Amino acid sequence: MTDAVLQTSGISKSFGALRASRDISIDLKPGEIHAIIGPNGAGKSTLIGQICGTLKPDSGSVHLLGKDVTHQPTRARARAGLGRTFQISSLSMEDTVLQNVLLGALGASGRPWRFFSNVLKDTSLRETAEEALARVGLLDQARMRTAELSHGQRRQLEVAVALTQKPKALVMDEPMAGMGSEGSKLLTGFLDQLRHEAPILLVEHDMDAVFSLADRISVLVYGEVIATGTVDEIRANAAVKEAYLGDEA
Amino acid sequence: MIRERYLNALTLALFVAIPFWAITADEPFTITLMTRAVVFAIAAVGLNIALGLGGLVSLGHAVFFGLGGYAMGILAYHAQNYTALTEWPFLIEGTKSMPVIWLAAIVVSSLAALVIGILSLRTAGVYFIMITLAFGQMFFFFAISWAEYGGEDGLSIYVRNGFPGLNTLDPIQFYGLCLGLLCLVLLFAWRLSGSPFGLALNAARQVPVRVETAGLDPVRLKLVAFVLSGAITGLAGALFADLNRFVSPTMFSWQTSGEIMIFIILGGVGRLFGPVVGALVFVALEHWLGGLSDFWHIYLGLLLLVIVLFGRGGLIGMLCGREAVHD
Repeated sequence: MTDAVLQTSGISKSFGALRASRDISIDLKPGEIHAIIGPNGAGKSTLIGQICGTLKPDSGSVHLLGKDVTHQPTRARARAGLGRTFQISSLSMEDTVLQNVLLGALGASGRPWRFFSNVLKDTSLRETAEEALARVGLLDQARMRTAELSHGQRRQLEVAVALTQKPKALVMDEPMAGMGSEGSKLLTGFLDQLRHEAPILLVEHDMDAVFSLADRISVLVYGEVIATGTVDEIRANAAVKEAYLGDEA
Repeated sequence: MIRERYLNALTLALFVAIPFWAITADEPFTITLMTRAVVFAIAAVGLNIALGLGGLVSLGHAVFFGLGGYAMGILAYHAQNYTALTEWPFLIEGTKSMPVIWLAAIVVSSLAALVIGILSLRTAGVYFIMITLAFGQMFFFFAISWAEYGGEDGLSIYVRNGFPGLNTLDPIQFYGLCLGLLCLVLLFAWRLSGSPFGLALNAARQVPVRVETAGLDPVRLKLVAFVLSGAITGLAGALFADLNRFVSPTMFSWQTSGEIMIFIILGGVGRLFGPVVGALVFVALEHWLGGLSDFWHIYLGLLLLVIVLFGRGGLIGMLCGREAVHD
């Protein structure tokens, strides 16, 4: 068995009486897409927050590339190779598409303390940024203001920004949300390839995408992982059917 | 719509043409007014780095303006009295040299900005405004009660400080010196906004969580912006004191903080020349409307209302439209 790139060991988190995460242990292995599914309010966002460092678990630990990062802030985890895309686009809307990817490249370079040089003329940053844009098919939109992008294009840009960081593991929070079927098909194909570069922890509501992409699926209900397994195992799981999939599967 | 760069060039041209006209027309007071506008513009270019780029609504920039002023006042006061500033742990004497005074103003206001920034950047929004305002008031009342340096009455400096190779008592030479500094500060702000740091700071204003996810610390970026901002406003304070040859606690007052912010809002928040246009318009209004009525602030208030309600980008925004996408 290969070592997990990303691993949570028994993490729990409560908000008052609400137990949003209960003893969650999941891992992400090299080359795989591990999907997290669950009904609204199951604690998916809380889980992501703890993995990415915006929330601290009450107990348990998070390991990234074999290192304990439980007490490290988001930015340290990012520098260690954890890429993330957001459910609600978190882009600088006033800036151009290029500026948004440049920020990712700048973060990865770790050298923001330059006050006089022109960031647009920094060839190494620019190459990283444009390569990432080209990969998601947004190079032609590089000079557009981000606010002018369509919803689907913003999702693509989110992915591009994460790519500039050359991540070793990716956490994607509903990358397909609000996308048309065409766009979501394109993105599905892209993520399919991407898993070999960086394994993906994928939180997604689009079941077609999840079933076609995931190597493993974990089902989260009321803050608890009730099942983890391959697509077929999850489809066949009685408890999952009852809790979540209903008649759909 | 005018291209923003033409408006900027026109503004700079005014800053050259008006004093030139004032010399030929023998209107020395106009030169003093223009110097006032230039110094205010420098202070506001400083604040604009925190406010426009970093989104830090600081109502405490009078602290740095005042510290710059008192740096000049205290150093020149000791120089004119031939007394030492301190003899322990080592001897520090006063000085009448502008470059030394500017350096002192920049160092002192940077340090103050560092401390105030570390404490106030733990908060955001309205709390940040209130904390910076509170710091301003602390310095204001400290200056009032510091009897050694004039307390409430302030300090008068008899002769303007000197600059190597210039006669600073000549209004136009002093004006040229200030205008040169404004150009330097504008050059700095321009380079800064297009730099890697500027890009990161701009993003930290809009989406801190994204900056954090990219592996950078948004609070540290804002802190550095706040320090740079305070340093420039401090330099302006030293020049303002030299212009009036007088320092008083008023420089620390919250009205001063408010005025520096008004320059930016008038001209255009986050625009390179926003603070410059704003300061020029403010000084012009202060002079003309102030001549018409003691209550000229009413008209200023009306103008601000119109600009805030109808032209979110200030005067530059009204004339040039939305900021062009940078290439």
